[in-house]
Amino acid sequence: MQTSKLGIDFKKVEYAKGLARNIADEVQLFVDKYTTVAVERTICRLLGIDGVDADGVPLPNIVVDSLKEKSLLGEGVIFFIGNAVIERNLTPQQIAEEVSAGKLDLSSMSSHSSDEALKALKPWIEASVNRIKERRQRRDNYLATIGEGPKPYIYVIVATGNIYEDVIQAQAAARQGADIIAVIRTTGQSLLDYVPFGATTEGFGGTYATQENFRIMRSALDEVGEEIGRYIRLCNYCSGLCMPEIAVMGALEGLDVMLNDALYGILFRDINMQRTLVDQYFSRIINGFAGVIINTGEDNYLTTADAFEEAHTVLASDLINEQLALLAGLPEEQMGLGHAFEMNPELENGFLYELAQAQMTREIFPKAPLKYMPPTKFMTGNIFRGHIQDALFNSIAIWTGQGIQLLGMLTEAIHTPFMSDRYLSIENAKYIFSNMKNIGDEVEFKENGIIKNRAKFVIDKATDLLELMEKEGLFTALEKGIFGDVKRPKNGGKGLDGVAPKGNNYCNPFVELMKGRN
Amino acid sequence: MSGGLYSMESRDFDKTLDLTNIRPYGDTMNDGKIQLSFTLPVPAGDEAIEAAKLLIKQMGLENPQVVFYKELTPGFTFFNCYGSCTHSVDYTVIHVPKVESTTWDMEETDTFIKENIGRQIRVLGASTGTDAHTVGIDAIMNMKGYAGHYGLERYEMIEALNMGSQVPNEEFIAKAIEFKADVLLVSQTVTQKDVHIKNLVELVELLEAEGLRDKVILACGGPRLSHELAKELGYDAGFGMNTYANDVASFIAQEMNRRING
Repeated sequence: MQTSKLGIDFKKVEYAKGLARNIADEVQLFVDKYTTVAVERTICRLLGIDGVDADGVPLPNIVVDSLKEKSLLGEGVIFFIGNAVIERNLTPQQIAEEVSAGKLDLSSMSSHSSDEALKALKPWIEASVNRIKERRQRRDNYLATIGEGPKPYIYVIVATGNIYEDVIQAQAAARQGADIIAVIRTTGQSLLDYVPFGATTEGFGGTYATQENFRIMRSALDEVGEEIGRYIRLCNYCSGLCMPEIAVMGALEGLDVMLNDALYGILFRDINMQRTLVDQYFSRIINGFAGVIINTGEDNYLTTADAFEEAHTVLASDLINEQLALLAGLPEEQMGLGHAFEMNPELENGFLYELAQAQMTREIFPKAPLKYMPPTKFMTGNIFRGHIQDALFNSIAIWTGQGIQLLGMLTEAIHTPFMSDRYLSIENAKYIFSNMKNIGDEVEFKENGIIKNRAKFVIDKATDLLELMEKEGLFTALEKGIFGDVKRPKNGGKGLDGVAPKGNNYCNPFVELMKGRN
Repeated sequence: MSGGLYSMESRDFDKTLDLTNIRPYGDTMNDGKIQLSFTLPVPAGDEAIEAAKLLIKQMGLENPQVVFYKELTPGFTFFNCYGSCTHSVDYTVIHVPKVESTTWDMEETDTFIKENIGRQIRVLGASTGTDAHTVGIDAIMNMKGYAGHYGLERYEMIEALNMGSQVPNEEFIAKAIEFKADVLLVSQTVTQKDVHIKNLVELVELLEAEGLRDKVILACGGPRLSHELAKELGYDAGFGMNTYANDVASFIAQEMNRRING
């Protein structure tokens, strides 16, 4: 039996996890029946299809759109491309080029069964699965030889818009002590229904996620990692309309951490819930297989809702996200569930409530490398005070054994970080992580005190909410605005036209090959 | 600083406050003290420190002091510095354009609208363009508001609709027509490379092309926006840092009244 510093009743937690499981199972019943343009483009990429046409349109989009236009999306690309491979004796890449040139109509390629089509594609399927495995082994090898930094991993962002400038910033941050470099995406990329191609040097508030940019940054981090003797993880964003595509690009290029949360996209980017939950399932299968730690975005709920009153929604969502991830075969050790309860700094005893909730989350998800978020909402431009707010969050992170500490920047709400901002933040975190290292082992919480009572209160409220959601289902709950005070209709938002029910010939071999095989 | 010495420099300047000639204040009137930090793309060393001091002098600061420096990564050195500003400004002749309305609380505004407009004012808001940040428009519009200032949704005499983030200007205008908006509020948080300016100007141009510009009250807000800039871009008002829903609501009510009742 697990012991709790907070006196948590783990039977109650088990009950809540059971409720979350039922909610997730119901979502999965829906997900299993559908595919999306993004899922099919991902399969194209796994068959080795890459590149763009003269207008810069990615070939996976051209292939998938050619089927969607004929209402054949639901039959899936495996069936048609497999048939074309048999009939034309070309590679999938050559077939995509033929489609792009208008020389081949994929919809006419349908005389062989889906089993035969699948068999014809076996060499390419195996090649990409093996490449992802090799990538994973490469990371494991680095971890076994040069090693990694202690937890909490120090996570900082770079966001210059230019991948080559990002490299300078990222290497500097690694030398200063960062363990994870996240390349923030350019504003608006989450709503693009394609992934741009090649190295990019222009972005607003971030840099385009492209496979080439992933490759450039991965090799820069390998270089600096070898120099300083510590493996540096690379993080990007598997969210928005291209979730599984970004996942597969990351898997092929050796990314280590991915933001990967459908709920976040639904609430904060108004992405259609049906679309993104189907996309999320496949993206999490890929992330699980590639050994990628996913990060969820619950911390963001409380930037729109009140953190003190709505803390239980974060826990409820973490519990649902855990079950959805398990259904996709993603192990607990790769679940960077997001949390942080950013309360108004004016709130008396706010630190105690925050501490209670961080410890509570730690105990409820004991194996997960929890991602702990710094203040953003109450960062005001008073950089001196902001630096102290960040320090308080850092104290809680080391106290409660968080897995990943997303570092706050004193200049949050002013600009994307300067090189010196990142230095000051890393110095702040390292100072506190060392100076308070074992405080969590030394300090116990008072019986019936503010901290223990807060944890119990939040768990009870989260359980009540999950009971309600179990009756109504996740889709209805989102329509009612339960998370983040944001309401989203089931048939509203972006990307719904890219969803199709699976047809009789549908096949996605990668689910079987990758799910739960880590 | 080494040796723990405090500054012993002489203070033989005029210490009386002169509003036509103001300077930064450290701990003595007119001492001109400024703190600054920056990074230079050179390795740490005596030459780097000298470079920092020369730069500070060129900024118009006397007695430059480098109190801390650190090479952040090979070839980039960070400095914390102090100096005394030699420049001054005449505070008495400054004129800054401001939103010319009296700020009321929610009840006062609701009462004013009831008595002078006689119907609900319809307000449409969004974070437009590629901007994904809702924090600004939410603070102004959502029921809860921000920092104790209730949002427009809570006002009895305001019908508020918040479209959220990443709303294209065309979609925003289409919704404005459908919603019969009296007021359009645009929030812009991302300001890199002046993307907000282009976006704000585009909205004005589209409204003019549709013949709608004069039919609505158009206001924008965001941490890097000012009323002066908003006016320059063709908006009726701009709300920057430290303005809240009641500032916006009071302005809207008074401007509507001015337009309807003269």
